[in-house]
Amino acid sequence: MKFTIFPLGDNALTISFGNIISPKTNDQVFQLAEFIEKNRFAGFIETVPAYSSLSIFFSIPEVRKNYQTFKTSFEFVKNFVETSLEKVSDVKPTKPRLIEIPMSFEKNVALDLEELSEHKHLSIQQVIEIFTSKTYRVFMLGFLPGFAYMGEVDKRIATPRKQTPRLKVPKGSVGIAGNQTGIYPLESPGGWNIIGKTELEMFTRNEESPTLLQPADLVKFIAA
Amino acid sequence: MSITFQTNSILTTVQDLGRNNYRKFGINPNGAMDKHAVRLINILLGNDENEAVLEMHFPAPVIKFDENAVITLGGADFGATIDDKPVENWRICFVEKGSTLKFTEKRFGARLYLSVKSGFVVEKWLESASVNLIAGIGKSLKKDDVLKFKSNSQVANHQSKIADSLLPIYSKFPTVRVVAGADFEKLNGFSEQNFLKTTFFISKDSNRMGFRLTGEPLYLSDNTELISSAVNFGTIQLLPNGQLIILMADHQTTGGYPNIANVISTDLPLLAQLNPNDKVAFHQVSIAEAERLTLQFERDLAFLKTGITFRK
Repeated sequence: MKFTIFPLGDNALTISFGNIISPKTNDQVFQLAEFIEKNRFAGFIETVPAYSSLSIFFSIPEVRKNYQTFKTSFEFVKNFVETSLEKVSDVKPTKPRLIEIPMSFEKNVALDLEELSEHKHLSIQQVIEIFTSKTYRVFMLGFLPGFAYMGEVDKRIATPRKQTPRLKVPKGSVGIAGNQTGIYPLESPGGWNIIGKTELEMFTRNEESPTLLQPADLVKFIAA
Repeated sequence: MSITFQTNSILTTVQDLGRNNYRKFGINPNGAMDKHAVRLINILLGNDENEAVLEMHFPAPVIKFDENAVITLGGADFGATIDDKPVENWRICFVEKGSTLKFTEKRFGARLYLSVKSGFVVEKWLESASVNLIAGIGKSLKKDDVLKFKSNSQVANHQSKIADSLLPIYSKFPTVRVVAGADFEKLNGFSEQNFLKTTFFISKDSNRMGFRLTGEPLYLSDNTELISSAVNFGTIQLLPNGQLIILMADHQTTGGYPNIANVISTDLPLLAQLNPNDKVAFHQVSIAEAERLTLQFERDLAFLKTGITFRK
C-alpha cells in the first residue's frame, strides 16, 4: 500500500493514500483511524478521516514529554502511524451501521429535481427510483457541522454543482454534487442540486457521537 | 453577579481554547483567535487557562458591572476605561459595583479579551463554551444581554501584571513563521520566491473563518484537482485565482484547495491581531524549530503559573 505522510502544521500530520475516491481506499482510512483511536499514544487529540487520507492532531508538549527518544513529536507520530499501518491489516473491520433516512421528493422541497430529470432525460419517478435504490457510504464529514459526503451516486443522475450557489439552502435538504450526495444539517449557502428534504435532525444530544451520520456509516434514503 | 451590555457591538462572543475531538463530525474547534492572550489573562487571574472569556472587536460594547469584580484585559488595545479612567491590558483590575467599562478608540490589534476572576457562567456544548455561529451554538452578544459571572471576590493574586517578556510581540506587519504544507513543493520557482520574499495584505474579506490575502499571484507546476482532506487553524491555501487564504479559528474542518504552508502555533496570535490592510510576510522554519518555540512558550507559561500559585 503506497502512502505519504506530511505535516499539517506543527500539531497535526496527514497520511495520504493518494488522490483518489474509492471505497477500498476509504476503508483503509477508517481501519487505520479505528486502530489509532483504540491504541492512543500520550498526547493524542483526535483523528480526522477523509476520502483517502487520515489526519492526526496531537499535543506537542505531551508527545515530547512522553516520548523523549524522538527528536520531534512529528517524528514520533509519523513512526506511530507507520507502525500502526503494519498492524492494522490483522484487525477485522467493524461492521458499519446502516442508517435509514426518510425523505420527501415533493416539488416544494425538491428545488432542482425537475431540472435535473429534464437534463438527464429521465422522469422524476425514475430519478427517485435510481437515487433510492442505492446504499451510500459516508466517506467523510466536513463543510458544515454534521455534513456527510456520501457516495457514489449512479452515473445516470450524477450532476455537477450548480453554477451559481444558492444563498440559502434549507435545513434538511438532500443534494447531489457530481457523484456525491449530502444532507444540509443547517440552513446554509450551497451549490448542490437539491432533490428533496428530510425532517430528520442531523444532530443528536449524545456527546460521544453528536451527529446522526458518522464516518463509515451506510445510508439508505427512503421515499416518504 | 453579572455584566450588562449597554450597546451593540460588531462581534462579541464567548470563547475558550476551543472544542477538540469533534473534527471528524465536521464540527470545528472554534475557540479564541488569540489563544496566547486568553491563556495569559486567565493564568494571571488564577483561573483555569481554558476558562471562557469574552472576545471583542471594535467597536466593542459598553459594559456595566452590577457587582464587584476582578478582571483582566488582553490582546488588542481599544483604549479601555472604567468610569473614564484608563485601564491597561495584562493587568489585574478591580471593578467596583456599578462601574462602566468602555472602549474609546482602536489603538492596536483586532481582538480584545476580557476575563473575570473565577469565570463567567456559560453553557457548554461538547465540552466547550466556544460559540459556534454556524452551528447556531451561542450568539454574538447584543445590547441588553446579561452575562453572569461566578464570583465577586475582590481578592486577587499578589502579582498584578504579566511581564512584557511573556507577551506576544504584536505588529501591524509581522513576519509569521510557517512550516511547509503538502503542496509547497508544487509551487513553481518564481512562486516559491514570491511566497517567501514578498508581502501580502490582509483583505477586507477576512473574518474568524479565514483571512484572504492579496499579493503577487502564485502558481503551481501541477494543477491536478485535489480531493478534500483535513485542514488546520493556520493552514495557508492557494485559491484558483492565485491568491492565498489563511484558515482561522472558525475554519471548516476539511478543504480541497492546495495546502502551501501552515502558520506555526506560536505565531497564530500575531495573525489573530491583524486588521484589513495590515501586512504579513512568511518565513519558513523546520518542524523542529516550530516545536522548540511551542515548548519554550509552554515553559514560560508554567513559570508564570508557578509564580502566581506560590504568591496566592
